[in-house]
Amino acid sequence: MIALLLIALLILGAASAAILSRNLIHSALLLVGAWAGIAAFYLWAGAEFVAFAQALVYVGAVSMVVLFAVLLTRQGATRAPVEYDSVKRAVFAFIVAGGVAGVLVGAIMGSPLQGHIASPTPAVSVKQLGLLLMGSYAPALLIVGVLLTVALLGAIVIAAEEKG
Amino acid sequence: MLGSGILKGLAVTAKNFVGSYHNPARMVTQEYPDVQPQLPANYRNFPFLVTENATDPMGTMRCVACQICEKECPPQCIYIEKSKDKKPDANGKLQLYPAVFDIDTAVCMSCQLCVEVCPFDAIKMDHVFAIAATNRFSGLLLNREELAKPNTYFHEIRPDEAAEVDGRLAAERAAAEEKAKAAAAAKATAATATKPATGGAAAP
Amino acid sequence: MNLETLPLQLRNAIVDLFPPALQWFVHHLLTITVILTVFGLFFAFTTIAERKLLARLQNRLGPNRAGLPWFPKLKLWGITQPFADAIKAITKEDIVPAAADKVLHFLAPVLIVAFSLLGFAVLPFGRNLIPVELDAALLYFFAAGAATELAIFMAGWGSRNKYSLLAAMRALAQLISYELPLILSVVPVVMVCGTLSTKAIAAAQGGWTFGLLPHWHVFTPWGFAAFIIFLIATLAESNRSPFDLPEAESELIAGHLTEYSGFKYALFFMAEYFGLTALSGLGVTLFLGGWQAPCEFLQFIPSYLWFMIKLVGMIVFFIWVRGTLLRLRIDQLTRLSWKFLVPLALLNLGNGAFWALTPDWTGPLVLARWAISAAIVVVPFVLLGRRLTAGQAPRSYRYA
Repeated sequence: MIALLLIALLILGAASAAILSRNLIHSALLLVGAWAGIAAFYLWAGAEFVAFAQALVYVGAVSMVVLFAVLLTRQGATRAPVEYDSVKRAVFAFIVAGGVAGVLVGAIMGSPLQGHIASPTPAVSVKQLGLLLMGSYAPALLIVGVLLTVALLGAIVIAAEEKG
Repeated sequence: MLGSGILKGLAVTAKNFVGSYHNPARMVTQEYPDVQPQLPANYRNFPFLVTENATDPMGTMRCVACQICEKECPPQCIYIEKSKDKKPDANGKLQLYPAVFDIDTAVCMSCQLCVEVCPFDAIKMDHVFAIAATNRFSGLLLNREELAKPNTYFHEIRPDEAAEVDGRLAAERAAAEEKAKAAAAAKATAATATKPATGGAAAP
Repeated sequence: MNLETLPLQLRNAIVDLFPPALQWFVHHLLTITVILTVFGLFFAFTTIAERKLLARLQNRLGPNRAGLPWFPKLKLWGITQPFADAIKAITKEDIVPAAADKVLHFLAPVLIVAFSLLGFAVLPFGRNLIPVELDAALLYFFAAGAATELAIFMAGWGSRNKYSLLAAMRALAQLISYELPLILSVVPVVMVCGTLSTKAIAAAQGGWTFGLLPHWHVFTPWGFAAFIIFLIATLAESNRSPFDLPEAESELIAGHLTEYSGFKYALFFMAEYFGLTALSGLGVTLFLGGWQAPCEFLQFIPSYLWFMIKLVGMIVFFIWVRGTLLRLRIDQLTRLSWKFLVPLALLNLGNGAFWALTPDWTGPLVLARWAISAAIVVVPFVLLGRRLTAGQAPRSYRYA
């Protein structure tokens, strides 16, 4: 339980520091820290495969994309004073964030959960996971794949338009 | 085919690797402090002063402090002070000698002009290349004791040039001796010719 | 006295000296210490071996002066050079640029060494020697290695130096480009073996034909292609020549290492070699039969020694490549990855699937299986190679 608290503190601390930091690169790196914390959480929960996939995809790949985007748009720390562009924007931000939080909390409260005991061995082996993904959950996997491909193509189209 | 160039390159380096162990011609590295380099005879670096005799270097220096090299030296790294007295040189003629002869090796650019202009073959280019000093001012300023090296050393580093110089000097010396002899003979004949004239007066 | 289980017996003997409550701790501490010591020394001697070998590949002598202190006559062929280097690195001044991002500048070398060491945890060094047995070991290996890119970025950005930053950008582009072929080259092995566990993959390559020909993956058409792709991607992932663009000294001084000195520089160096060693170890495990002996009668040599011999072989090959090939340009580098390696790796994925589906072909069908698999490798290689090099080679130079 102490481990869970530590991990939660790490994630929350890193995430809030990422939001509050005025240095964009620091924010991005702290975000990576938060993602690594989530991977640690999966590991704590006994979901080895998901934890490693999280580390590989988020810490390894998505972080690179974020950092590249930051490097291409801005130059690290900004000295601009902190002020709201408009009250409207802040209100909308809080409404959206609150809505997402509400949906998540509702979903967690609504799902039947037993008190979790961290198991040293994964409850589901990688093989079973693979069979499930390729069997009953294949449509979901395919839809996600198509979505990502479409996003990739869209990015290429946008990038190509700018050039020609 | 794609990649064949890479295989060829790997073969070349593999040949180098194997060859470096059994083919000494491939290894051009000289292990310097252990193995001294074989310098070509015409290698030149920093001048030195030639002396006739290794046992008395200061007494048999060829330099006569004429100061031509001091004036010709482009970076002005030579400093000479003439002596007050005179010493006989190799030919027995009384000559000045350098009381002070300094070369600042920090400034010397080994251009060999001092050697070209020296009429006495007294300064020649050396083969030293590893001059090191703990003090960059006085350590690199070589005085005449440090600069003086015997003629045998000159023969060691440049045998051809040294032999040529020796031959020339010997010829000069012989010519000078002959001249002196002739002069002495002339003097003697003149003395005998004038003897009777003066003989009477001088006779007791 | 059994050489094969000697390390385990030693470990158990040491662990038994401690009270039961502490035993699990001592057990893991011992494993970590042994890995750090063995691979720390391995790193040290890799550096001297690299310098010596590179020298010989270029008809030079290489470092041969460092002997022992107080025994100046004893040269020992210079093999104590790494220790002299280590002392030098530790005693050097640690310079942090005034404008640097101090935290990131400090964190980068620490993180890169930590992450590059994580990979060793899942490599089966011997029949019974594996630090951590994981079900998803391969995934863990790549997840652990993925974070080294972040550390390189931190170093490049935190130094506040244009060369460092350019190098970091290059490193990111390179690592992203080559992560894909690296992982794709490994997937066929996973498909054929049906497992992500490195221990099981090494065990699956046991057995010999006629007691002489080992059943390693590299001796199958798909395995050979995957191994070559893996080798190239490994070179790129560990920033080694000919893919050492992030630290191209002729253009970027020392790349992301420009603003590092002393021990921090040594840490980067160490991490690079650890990463190379770990990836080589993975290559040995996946393609070269892991700890398996190459012939049946050679099994009397302990399995961990076989692993180390193969590991050294891989490293020597990488040094050989470094001594041979020239550095690529950044566009050539990315083109090689995206236009050549990734398509080939994807095709090889199909090849692996074909191999996995046809294990029960017997008699003349075995020949057909090999022929089809080889064709899937060779034909695209030749076609793709011709297409990519059309109009490129051989180059003609005109001299003024």
